Amino acid sequence: MNKPKYVYLDYAATTPMDQRVIEEMNAHFKDTYGNSSSLHSVGQKAAQTLVKSREIVASIINANRADIYFTSSGTEADNIALMGVALKNQKKGNHIITSAIEHHAVENTCKHLKKSGFDVTFLPVDNLGLINLEELEETITKNTVLISIMFANNEIGTIEPIKEIGEIAKKHDVIFHTDAVQAFGKIPIDVNEMNIDLLSASAHKLYGPKGVGMLYIRNKGIREGWGKYIEPIMFGGGHERDMRPSTVNVPGIAGFAKAVELAKEEMPKEIERLSRLRDKVIDFVLKNIEDSYLNGHPTRRLPNNVNLGIRFIEGESMVLDLDGQGIATSTGSACSSKSLDPSHVLLAIGLKPQEAHGSLRITVGRFTTEEDIDYFLEKLPPIIERLRKMSPLKKGKNH
Amino acid sequence: MEHFKNPRNMGEMKDADSVGEVGNPVCGDLMYIYIKVKERDGKEIIDDISFQTFGCAAAIATSSMITELAKGKTLEEGLNITRDDVAVSLDGLPPIKMHCSNLAADGLKKAIENYREKQK
Ligand SMILES: Cc1ncc(COP(=O)(O)O)c(C=O)c1O
Repeated sequence: MNKPKYVYLDYAATTPMDQRVIEEMNAHFKDTYGNSSSLHSVGQKAAQTLVKSREIVASIINANRADIYFTSSGTEADNIALMGVALKNQKKGNHIITSAIEHHAVENTCKHLKKSGFDVTFLPVDNLGLINLEELEETITKNTVLISIMFANNEIGTIEPIKEIGEIAKKHDVIFHTDAVQAFGKIPIDVNEMNIDLLSASAHKLYGPKGVGMLYIRNKGIREGWGKYIEPIMFGGGHERDMRPSTVNVPGIAGFAKAVELAKEEMPKEIERLSRLRDKVIDFVLKNIEDSYLNGHPTRRLPNNVNLGIRFIEGESMVLDLDGQGIATSTGSACSSKSLDPSHVLLAIGLKPQEAHGSLRITVGRFTTEEDIDYFLEKLPPIIERLRKMSPLKKGKNH
Repeated sequence: MEHFKNPRNMGEMKDADSVGEVGNPVCGDLMYIYIKVKERDGKEIIDDISFQTFGCAAAIATSSMITELAKGKTLEEGLNITRDDVAVSLDGLPPIKMHCSNLAADGLKKAIENYREKQK
């Protein structure tokens, strides 16, 4: 088989930009340089671009245009949601409920709040990565002000029961935030049907630019406004209606909007195509590689996510070997980050540390072809075989 | 990288005189160092050496490097190989990976100590 140029299978980490988004941004870099707060016509042109972009981004989650607040990233959106609600509601209560498998942007913000005196519950998940709804409801007290549960997990792809969580939050009058960075633009989201109050998203997971994100903040009634349940955490000019100061990144946001427009158009077709590629990888590996298993949920799973457990070998070695063959993948294993601890997500679904070290994440996207997958599936088995030969861990040895 | 891609002296040694087991798969590292010892000119020499490693690329590379460094050395010399020798020979390791070279040096020490225990 002819070797493709480079096979990128790490779309959950970030995506290459779509050419159409680059063109849109280039045009705005040139022509829409005004400050959207300025009164003159170049400024007003920027302001109009913002309005249009807000409209497009809102439409993909069935939100009101006015409830979209652009930020500098998914991480910033998560920080505003958690810190902004916690600080604003201190008189009402100090209890926050989140899950044990959140992205670090939520996890570490919650840990910071905990250190600052807030009471944070990290709900466990089952071995497929799902939270338990009854447990969630039992955990709510009169002090609970916020539930923050991710829409879909970035490592194992499990999709949480968001609509059901929304119902519970509404019933108990608790604010509901979801980190939808991985789900946004990939699977249908409806903030009204799902009772979502706050939602974070990021452009770079969607073929848009890095450093552009948004927070959806439901306006709970004109007179109440967001001011009643969330406050800003950064102070400066009055941009984004006082929620997120700093001169607005109009070209980046126009790129985000273009990316959303494309995602909306292609979603039904892409869900089907990517799910097929995903299942091809899963089926092949489980059938042909001994001592392998799937991490995450078999069906409630992002269409583009595969997370494999390969026994007796370590994830980083697989990633480096695959990279040597021109294939980019990732691992939840420790050595890839600054800490040597295995992934908190894989531990939370009940893997033993040595198993968590042996995971391989393959995430596909818009530019992944059938050929790419065939090439990957041709290269993977000999790599696993080589590393297993090197490993002292074997079937039947108890480690 | 070369020692990760083409590790030297890799594999189980069935007729080894001694094995040094170090690390813990829980932390993501487990290393076995196998040695075979021979007398030459009244000195005990590491005649053959091999390794098996469950670990990241750095763990594999440091295992491979220590087998290269120790081969043909006396047991005394083998005991004196430090993690710095391993790291330097590999042209440096990022600080976060230094524990890997520790592991390799410890594995060799353990193999030699086990061997001496057996001789008593
Ligand atoms: C679930 C989730 N939340 C938050 C983030 C952070 O987004 P950003 O990189 O835009 O800060 C990511 C991506 O890394 C993610 O996967």
